[in-house]
Amino acid sequence: MITQKHIAWAIGLAALLLLPLLIRMIFPGTDRYYLHLVIQILIWAFIYTGWSMMGRFGLTSLGHGAFTGIGAYVTVMLWNFAGITPWIGIPVAMLVATIAGMLVGYPCFRMRITGHYFALLTLAFTEFIRLCIIGMRDWTGGSLGTQPTRYGDGLSLYAVQFEPNRVLAYYIVLAVWLIGLIIWVKVDRSMDRYALDAASQDEDAAASVGINVTREKLKITALSSAMCAFGGAIYGQYQMYIGPDTIAGLGVSLNIVFAVIAGGIWSLFGPTFGAVFTQVLAETLRVGLRGSETLSKLLGQSALALDTFIYGLLLVLFIIYMPKGVIGTLGERWKRR
Amino acid sequence: MLGLFSSLDCSLDVFFVEALLNGVLLAGLLALLALGLNLIFGVIDVVWICYAELVMIGMYAIFYFVQVAGIPLPLSFLLAIGLVACAGTILHYLVIRPVLDQPPINQLLVTGGVLFLLQAAATMAFGIEFRNLGIRLGSVNIGDMSFAWSRIITFAVALGAMILLWQFLTRTYIGTAIRAISQDRQIMPLMGVDQKKIYLATSAIGGGLAGLASCLMVLQYDIYPQIGLQFGPLTFMICVLGGLGNMVGGFVAAFIIAQFITIGGSCVATEWGYAVAFLFFMLVIFVRPQGLFGAKS
Repeated sequence: MITQKHIAWAIGLAALLLLPLLIRMIFPGTDRYYLHLVIQILIWAFIYTGWSMMGRFGLTSLGHGAFTGIGAYVTVMLWNFAGITPWIGIPVAMLVATIAGMLVGYPCFRMRITGHYFALLTLAFTEFIRLCIIGMRDWTGGSLGTQPTRYGDGLSLYAVQFEPNRVLAYYIVLAVWLIGLIIWVKVDRSMDRYALDAASQDEDAAASVGINVTREKLKITALSSAMCAFGGAIYGQYQMYIGPDTIAGLGVSLNIVFAVIAGGIWSLFGPTFGAVFTQVLAETLRVGLRGSETLSKLLGQSALALDTFIYGLLLVLFIIYMPKGVIGTLGERWKRR
Repeated sequence: MLGLFSSLDCSLDVFFVEALLNGVLLAGLLALLALGLNLIFGVIDVVWICYAELVMIGMYAIFYFVQVAGIPLPLSFLLAIGLVACAGTILHYLVIRPVLDQPPINQLLVTGGVLFLLQAAATMAFGIEFRNLGIRLGSVNIGDMSFAWSRIITFAVALGAMILLWQFLTRTYIGTAIRAISQDRQIMPLMGVDQKKIYLATSAIGGGLAGLASCLMVLQYDIYPQIGLQFGPLTFMICVLGGLGNMVGGFVAAFIIAQFITIGGSCVATEWGYAVAFLFFMLVIFVRPQGLFGAKS
C-alpha cells in the first residue's frame, strides 16, 4: 500500500537526485562551491549518523574522532606507500577501526564503565590515536597532514578519486548518506534496539531478562566505529587532504557529539540536520564576514573564529533549553497537535 | 624497567636523572590543575571540560594586564586569580545550574560548548599568534643537570596551594561544609547548609585554582588559544586515574603521568611520551575503573 509517507519519501529522493541540476540553475557560475557545501554536509551527516548509533543508547563516546582518523589515515597510507587500491584499503581501515573499537569497548562494557568515565576514557583513546598519527610523522606528515597521491588526472575508479567531478562526487556521497539512513532504520526496527534501550536504562534489569548486555553493546560499537571509519575514508578521498586535527582528535570528536545533540540524537534526520546546521552556520558566517566591510574591519583576521564562538554559544543554549535537539523538539510539538 | 629505557637509547646517566627530576617538577603543575577539577567534581558532581580553557583565559588576562595596561606583574597575578575565580562562579551560575537535574552527560557536554566559546573568544581578542611575557628566570645548574627556576617556583607554589587548600577544607566552616556536601548531597540541606551557596563558593575556589595555575604557566609556556587542548585531556586523565573527586589520588596520579611524559619525551619524542601515558591510563582504567585510589561504587 502506498501511503502519504511513501509519497513524501519519493518526492524527497527525487529532489535530492535533481539537486545538482537545481543548483546549476539557481547559482550559475558558483555551482561548484554550493555542491561542495552539500557534499561536505552529506559526508558529515553520514559520520554523525554513525556516532548516533551509539550515542542514542547512552554510550556517549568522545572517541569517534579516532575512528574517522583511522579510516582516513589507513586508507591513504596503504595507497601512498603500498599502492593498495582504496577498494581494499577502505575495508581494511574499517576492520582496523572495528578492532580498535572492540579493544576499547570490551573492557569498558565488561567493567561497566559508563557516563563520565566512559566519556573521559574514550577521550583518552582519541588523543592516543591523534598522538600516534603525529608521532609517525615520516609517513603521516605529522601535524601538517598529508595528501593521497593523485592517480592520473585525479579521476579514477581504481584509486577511488572523484574530487574534480563535483556532480559525480555528489552522487557518490548521496549514496553513502542514504546507506547510513537505511542502517539507522534497520537498527531502529531490530530487536537489538529494544535490548540496548533496556540496557541503557537499567543494566541489571536488562541482564535479568536474558539480554547479553556486553554483546549487544559490542555489536553496536562495531557498527558505529566501522561507519565512522568509512565516513573518514570518504572524507579523505574527496578532500584529497587529511590532517590530524581535521579528521582525527578531540576537536572532531566534540564536533560530532555537539552537532548530533543540536540536531537531535533520537531521530532519523537529527544527525543530518546537525550537519546542515553546523556547516551552513560556519559557511554563512565566513562568507558574510568576508562580504561585510565594517565587520571585517572591526574584527580583522580574527573574524574567522566568530563562527566557532556563535557555535559554542548555541550549543550551550541548545543543551540548556532543547536537550532533545531541534528535530526532536519539533517532532514532539508535531505529535502534540 | 631501567633495562627497557637503556634499550631505547637512554641509559641511566645524568640526562635520565634530569628527566626524572623535571618530571617531578612538571607533576607539581599537573597536580595543581587536577586539584581544582577534582574539587569541583567531588562537590558538584560535574566535570568542567572547559577547565583548561579557564586557565587559558587567565594567561591571556595576565598578558593583557602586563603588556597593554602596564600593571606590575605581581598585581596582575592577583587580578588574574580574581578574574578566573569570577569566571568560575559565572560559569556555574549561568551554565551549570540550569542543567543540574539533566543527565550527567549533558552537564559534561554543556561545558564543552563553553570550551568552544572561550577558545573562539580568545582567538578573536588576541589572534592565533603565540605570545609570551618574555620573562627569563634563568636556571640552576647541579653538576651537568640544569633546572629552570620557573619550574622550581611552579612546583613550590603548587605544593603550597595544595597545603593551603587542605587547611581551608579542614579548619574553616565553609571548608567543612564543602567536604560534608561531597559526602552526602541529600542530607546536608537538612542540616541547614545552603547547597546553592556552597556550590558557588566551590566554583569560585575551583576557578581561583585555575587562575593560580595560569600565573604559573605564563612563566613557562607560550600563550595561544589552543593551549587548553594541550593540557585539558591530560588533566582529565590525571583526575580519572586518581579517582574522580579524590584529591590525594589526583596528586599521586600527576606524578605518575608526568614521569611518562618527561622520560618518554627525553628518550623518544614528546608525542610518544604523551601517547604512552594515555595508553597506560586506558589500561589502568580497564583493570580498575574507579581509578587507582577511588572507592568502589
